[in-house]
Amino acid sequence: MSDAKTDRPLLEIKNLEKRFDLDQGFLETLKFKQGKIVRESRSVHAVNNISLEARKGEALCVVGESGCGKSTVARLVAGLLTPSAGEIHYGGQRIDNLSRSGMQPLRKKIQMIFQNPYASLNPRMTIRQALEEPVRHHYPNASAAEVRDKVTEVMLSVGVDPSWAKRYPHEFSGGQRQRIAIARALTVDPEFIIADEPISALDVSIQAQVLNLMLEAKESRGLTYLFITHDLSVVEHFGTRVAVLYLGSVCEVADTATLFSNPKHPYTRALLSAVPQLKDDRPNHIRLKGEIPTPINLPKGCPFQSRCAFADARCKSEKPKAIHQPDGSMVACHAVEEDRLDAVAAG
Amino acid sequence: MSLLSVRDLTVKFAMRDQTVTALNGISFDLAKGERLGIVGESGAGKSITGFSLMNLLSRPGYIDTGKILFEGEDVVQMNDKRLRNLRGNRMAMIFQDPMVTLNPVLTIGQQMIETLMAHRKLSHEEARQIAIVKLREVYIPSPEERLEQYPHELSGGMRQRIIIAIALLLDPQLIIADEPTTALDVTIQADIMELMLELCQSNQVGLILITHDLGVVSQMTERTLVMYAGRIIEAGRTREIINDPQHPYTQGLINALPQQTVPGQRLKQIPGNMPGLASIPEGCAFNPRCKYATDLCRSRIPEIVHYGEVEVACHEVQRLNSDEDRQEARA
Repeated sequence: MSDAKTDRPLLEIKNLEKRFDLDQGFLETLKFKQGKIVRESRSVHAVNNISLEARKGEALCVVGESGCGKSTVARLVAGLLTPSAGEIHYGGQRIDNLSRSGMQPLRKKIQMIFQNPYASLNPRMTIRQALEEPVRHHYPNASAAEVRDKVTEVMLSVGVDPSWAKRYPHEFSGGQRQRIAIARALTVDPEFIIADEPISALDVSIQAQVLNLMLEAKESRGLTYLFITHDLSVVEHFGTRVAVLYLGSVCEVADTATLFSNPKHPYTRALLSAVPQLKDDRPNHIRLKGEIPTPINLPKGCPFQSRCAFADARCKSEKPKAIHQPDGSMVACHAVEEDRLDAVAAG
Repeated sequence: MSLLSVRDLTVKFAMRDQTVTALNGISFDLAKGERLGIVGESGAGKSITGFSLMNLLSRPGYIDTGKILFEGEDVVQMNDKRLRNLRGNRMAMIFQDPMVTLNPVLTIGQQMIETLMAHRKLSHEEARQIAIVKLREVYIPSPEERLEQYPHELSGGMRQRIIIAIALLLDPQLIIADEPTTALDVTIQADIMELMLELCQSNQVGLILITHDLGVVSQMTERTLVMYAGRIIEAGRTREIINDPQHPYTQGLINALPQQTVPGQRLKQIPGNMPGLASIPEGCAFNPRCKYATDLCRSRIPEIVHYGEVEVACHEVQRLNSDEDRQEARA
């Protein structure tokens, strides 16, 4: 690990932005205002100026509530969406502007696991077909026997009996389907796995099984993960670094242990306090006022200011930059920078 | 007298080629104003229990045997008129997805006023005033304006608050909440939980909270039932069950949570899956997944008995407790 740290990170995201246009086409952009026809197009600001890095062997978790842009980040990195601005580098190579054929070798290295194993497996393909397809695609020269062996080996490693290969996805339970989806990602020996809420649709006892499987794969194959989730207890267990997103912007990035023992951003603190605790009788839940504003018209200044108890005039006008903290975390908050947080809490 | 008393409730589903048992002899009581949690994984029968309490099961499901005494009257035997008087009026239900519960083509006001006028002899204006008061109780800002809005104009958290307001409209004795916060974000979930707790306590309303989330149960309820494959396998005070579970399944469920393991270590998983209703194993339904299972477990269904502070359905609970690793784990 120590020598890897001096190297460049495996994945670098620099000033990434993604906007989705709401008004597409010329006619939709025409609006009638104050007696005049004007052209105006609105867009959803899903991701705003996000910079993140993941080093080899890390599990970078991206957490946040619905609408914070975490899935958009995953899709941008996987190359399923094209960024509006910013750069994504993988292994030193810029990947966000590659052509389809240029992306081809990377698709083998970067694989994705989706939330819903009921939707991510083709219902008309047997498990064997579903698992063999990526191998055939990425290793066109492999013989049928080699493909078969590869698939059998991966099935065994995720705990799916190879004799089930002739079955169709509907014959499996949710947990088994997610194992199959993980197997499909692993058949081409990837280096980097993007997992978008991979266990949210599963029962508690099955979540543990799948999470263990992903941890095993991480150790035995030296995988690096970009793990998207809303579940903080999973983050604490699985992640090595965490990025907290709010309304398309990064609030705080820190090592998992640092973030959970010493959260700094007011939103991170509120988020952590809201998790229902098993054994605490009296939770001291920090109540947030209001709700997440719409990402169509982003508030000026800090995205969190409308719900933040520490917001002042500066927060309303100036968007905070991510600033390095002494313990290695990065926090984008004026109140943290000015050291007002704990002063207010104490007074 | 308890508010609700369920005795030997058995629910079956008549499928084309066979009849499966979804609930198998469930019995429990709920005192006035008490908050009870029902936990279990998908397929355990917790939602079916909720539906049965209001006699809402529709074909192919039916209540085969058993009694559901609500304020002394058997819900199973009620005719349609009595049931209409019961549902929404004395017992109300909150579901997971507010968008399914709310009618998308009616305004919030229409839906609330309709409910009130169907059950009480009220003028439209009186009903409207009650609706405003109830919306204010669930901390909805500017309730007069909300009454004119349609469900799609509101956020998820706001919709769930409105569902709670509708459930409380007629001051019911009991609210059955089926995964009320599962679809919500954690910060909103915490708000809604706080609100429900506050309303239940201040109005002395009984609550049956159906959820898979042990953290939610731990913070919201006084007593808990743990269900597995259509039976109650453990019941008792929530604190006891969370801190010192007796049934191997409950133990497994709690130990499987990520917060119970050192970060980065292997989670303590329960092997296998919950059995389907058509293939519930003989004996104790949990035996194929249980590391303590014996021949007795594989042949005879355990009865639910008092053990220490809780009730538990497990043949091996005594041995389990004298088990050395468990003693060590506790120490």
